[in-house]
Amino acid sequence: MPVDVLPIADEAGADQEFLYTLNFGPQHPATHTTLRLVLTLDGETIVKAVPDIGYLHSGFEKLGEDLDFNQYVTVVDRMNYISPFANEVSWHHTVEKLLGIEVTPRCKYLRVILAELARINDHLLCVGAAALDLGALTAFLYAFNEREKIYNIFEAASGQRFHPGFSRVGGLMNDITDDVARLIRDFLATFPKAHADVVRLLNRNRIFVDRTKGIGVLSKADAISFSCSGPVARASGVVRDLRKDEPYLAYPELQSAFKVVCSTGGDCYARYHVRMEEIVESVNIIKAAVENIPSGPVNVALNDKVTIPDKTATYRSIEGLIQHFELFMWNRQWAPPVNEVYGATETANGELGFYLVSDGGPRAWRARTRPPSFIHFAAFPSMMEGHQISDVPAVLGSLNIIAAELDR
Amino acid sequence: MPATIDTLTTKFPGAFTVSAFKDNARVELAAETAPAVLFDLLKCLKDECGFDFLADVAGIDYLNYPGAADRYAVVYALANTATAQRVFVKAFANDPDPELPSAVPLWKGAEWMEREVYDMFGVVFRGHPDLRRILMPSEFTSYPLRKDYPLRGLGERHNFPTITRAES
Repeated sequence: MPVDVLPIADEAGADQEFLYTLNFGPQHPATHTTLRLVLTLDGETIVKAVPDIGYLHSGFEKLGEDLDFNQYVTVVDRMNYISPFANEVSWHHTVEKLLGIEVTPRCKYLRVILAELARINDHLLCVGAAALDLGALTAFLYAFNEREKIYNIFEAASGQRFHPGFSRVGGLMNDITDDVARLIRDFLATFPKAHADVVRLLNRNRIFVDRTKGIGVLSKADAISFSCSGPVARASGVVRDLRKDEPYLAYPELQSAFKVVCSTGGDCYARYHVRMEEIVESVNIIKAAVENIPSGPVNVALNDKVTIPDKTATYRSIEGLIQHFELFMWNRQWAPPVNEVYGATETANGELGFYLVSDGGPRAWRARTRPPSFIHFAAFPSMMEGHQISDVPAVLGSLNIIAAELDR
Repeated sequence: MPATIDTLTTKFPGAFTVSAFKDNARVELAAETAPAVLFDLLKCLKDECGFDFLADVAGIDYLNYPGAADRYAVVYALANTATAQRVFVKAFANDPDPELPSAVPLWKGAEWMEREVYDMFGVVFRGHPDLRRILMPSEFTSYPLRKDYPLRGLGERHNFPTITRAES
């Protein structure tokens, strides 16, 4: 690469010729995705770490100006492919806020249950992969075994394992079947044991603790200053969880079912710990929600004129047929207010927000994403200085950087 | 929220307008006043009103937007970590040199977010410590999220230097 892309020599290091530059990534087993870190080393010690991003060029936000509110779900899915359904919930939460509609009680519960499953999925991968990078293979296999079951649930619900695309403006693609409910109950019954196994493997594992405790410390003041959110901020003592602070969907009714997990350590071990405890809280939420799913329709009523009618309504009723045409004809579609709105939800990584500007047309004028990974990665250099090369996988793993979220 | 607006009105009389949509309260600064007032306004919100969390910095291009007077806007989404309130500060900027003061002295997290707005819209943040492109290569000359940037690109990639394995 040409040197002028990243001027890494600073004033302090410019005259020190013994400093060594190491490129960590873009393809490195411990980065898992395409991340590049330019490390300036003094022996084994990292003097400076400069992240270099922008390898995917996915054009998500430009696509957001070209696809309509339902189509863009497929793109939102791919921003964080570890917990895609949580992203869909976030996107449609914002769109519904702009359009001024409220989803049905049943839809609220189903979205919460599936979004919490996505959170468990994300945390399991994050913890498993971090453990794998630090040499603990068994924990990774246990975590992946459980992820498989969550994928089965999403497959049974939507037909897709990885990118469900299950959410729609004003509801969901379809209601869940009894089969899905059974899979969720089976998962809730067997998961606590698997979780306990992972905890037993890692919590007091000498190697794991030594390589994570006191590594990559982020103080509370720094966490706020760097705009960190989610488990990264909560591990530093920032008590901020949008599920409690700005309750959305069914969370107001589920407040008593879960606690906000916090730690004051601010290091990799605290972040691991917060994630593992959050999984327990997510299981509690799903347990409380799955027994209380209200009956009734999953989509808002036809006369709200926002949801895609189901096939029965489209084929058997004139109202459904007209609405289907109204939503799919290129020159009709939605008529949102000419205004702008910011909506945010708590995804596995933290606050995922969308700043949506509408010009009254069926597509967003501007669909700005507030991606948690991008913002956490900005804090990475300050967390890395003074540590050693072998600490890079620990910090990267504990921040859970998703490369697709780094790109726009 | 009214208390915050009152504090701002006494400190910056006539410098901003206030609007709201759904639960989003917005403080808007016109393109003429934004460069002079924006930094002090953000500082006041952070230090005196408790909005200590910069959730997001979003760039918007209003070219041909219905009823728009100014071309660019940068929206600062602020939150209060103690009370979970939010306020949005929207500063406008115009061609030919869209320029706003940088918020990096207030929040470290603003560094990457402002670099992204610069990279995507070409809004220059005065006082930013390291204003380089972040997502695009440094050879890139245009701003991809501007509304007049064509969907198929301007052909910048044809002008990129070719690096062979031997000289890399």
